[in-house]
Amino acid sequence: MLSKRIISCLDVRNGKLAKSVKFVDTIDIGDPVVQAKKYYEEGLDELVFYDITASSDKRDIMLDVVSSVAEQVFIPFSVGGGLRTVEDCSRVLLAGAEKINVNSAAVRRPELIREAADAFGSQAVVLSMDVLRVEPRPGLENGYEIVIEGGRRRMGIDAIEWAKRGEELGAGELVINSIDADGTKEGYELTLTRMISEAVSIPIIASGGGGTPEHLYDVLTEGKADAALVASMLHYDEYSIDEIKDYLIGRGLKIRKA
Amino acid sequence: MITIIDYKAGNLTSVQRALTHLGIENQISKDPDVVRKAERVIFPGVGAAGSAMETLKERNLDSALKESFQRGTPILGICLGSQIILSESEEDGNTPGLGILPGRCIKFQFTDETFKIPHMGWNAVSITQAHPVLAHLNPGDEFYFVHSYYPQPESAENVFATSEYGFEFPVAVGVDNLFAVQFHTEKSGPLGLQTLKNFVEWIV
Repeated sequence: MLSKRIISCLDVRNGKLAKSVKFVDTIDIGDPVVQAKKYYEEGLDELVFYDITASSDKRDIMLDVVSSVAEQVFIPFSVGGGLRTVEDCSRVLLAGAEKINVNSAAVRRPELIREAADAFGSQAVVLSMDVLRVEPRPGLENGYEIVIEGGRRRMGIDAIEWAKRGEELGAGELVINSIDADGTKEGYELTLTRMISEAVSIPIIASGGGGTPEHLYDVLTEGKADAALVASMLHYDEYSIDEIKDYLIGRGLKIRKA
Repeated sequence: MITIIDYKAGNLTSVQRALTHLGIENQISKDPDVVRKAERVIFPGVGAAGSAMETLKERNLDSALKESFQRGTPILGICLGSQIILSESEEDGNTPGLGILPGRCIKFQFTDETFKIPHMGWNAVSITQAHPVLAHLNPGDEFYFVHSYYPQPESAENVFATSEYGFEFPVAVGVDNLFAVQFHTEKSGPLGLQTLKNFVEWIV
């Protein structure tokens, strides 16, 4: 049986590690390469890097980060943030990432998903989606709306429909990030995660809201997620990877112990 | 010196980085003469069997690989590399393989929707027959997989390890100086690196 994966995401700005809280202010907390290597050695299953560098002329710094990580970290990792074309994706993959992670650019131009899947295979294409809970209304009957630009712009697209579309276009995995839960440490958005997991047949990575190992347990069982993304729980040393994994194993989940 | 065969497969550089990290001298080559004379060969792979076979043929790497197998060169297949060595694959409407190992590459099919395809993530590998490339592994050790097809040799004698995903399927196969694994050694953490090191130290 496949193990449930524990994935951490590292937000990188100008080559430095940052963790955003509710997508507003960010603070630098270190070197992403050092942090990635530490998590690898501690037994993390996978990593995600989001490049949140504002100016495009500094984007090459990210490629250096990616290749340094690839030389020292031998678990799968994906890279997202600012990837708009197949060429952008190709550069990240050549630098050593296994997977590319698209978000806003795919909402603006869904064909990007198909182009990337055709070029690199679906296994290399992760679609991340930022989702806001809204009052159900025509077109948004499920009550979950896709937002972009770090949550600032509402797109009027139903999140469950967008997930299905992403799968059809060739995404190999989905990251479901709840804007409501992100940064709260009060638990993942279980309803949203489960609705999407039941609507598609590709793996689902739950993101946003993880504050305790129990939250991971809930989203990996009730939320039907295949993997859970953790950030501040690890970044601020509130829990170790071992503590999280031991807890989940103790509750009967199949988890890899390195 | 390890020669990594370049047939445009996606994980070439990841395999190279892992070897370099282990301090193992290596080169990437698409030259059939280099492959024929190689000391040890790694045959990696990510992607579709059909286009992989086309590229191998275009570059005359198919015959070079078979020749180096016949010469007794230790060869390690990874992922797609463990599938193409078989007689044929169900992928792309029955693609003929290199036929080094009699068998077929079969697509996962499940009626139970909880089994998602591809089989992607970490799974435990059970050794069914000891092999030097699988040395120093313990029961329950997990490796990273991403695949929709799996290698099924004709004879159980050629299966060295299995994993379970709805049923038990082969994940390490081999014959003589050829050994191949369905999991990604280059992305399976310290245990994956261990199998690469085992391959380099394998005396056929």
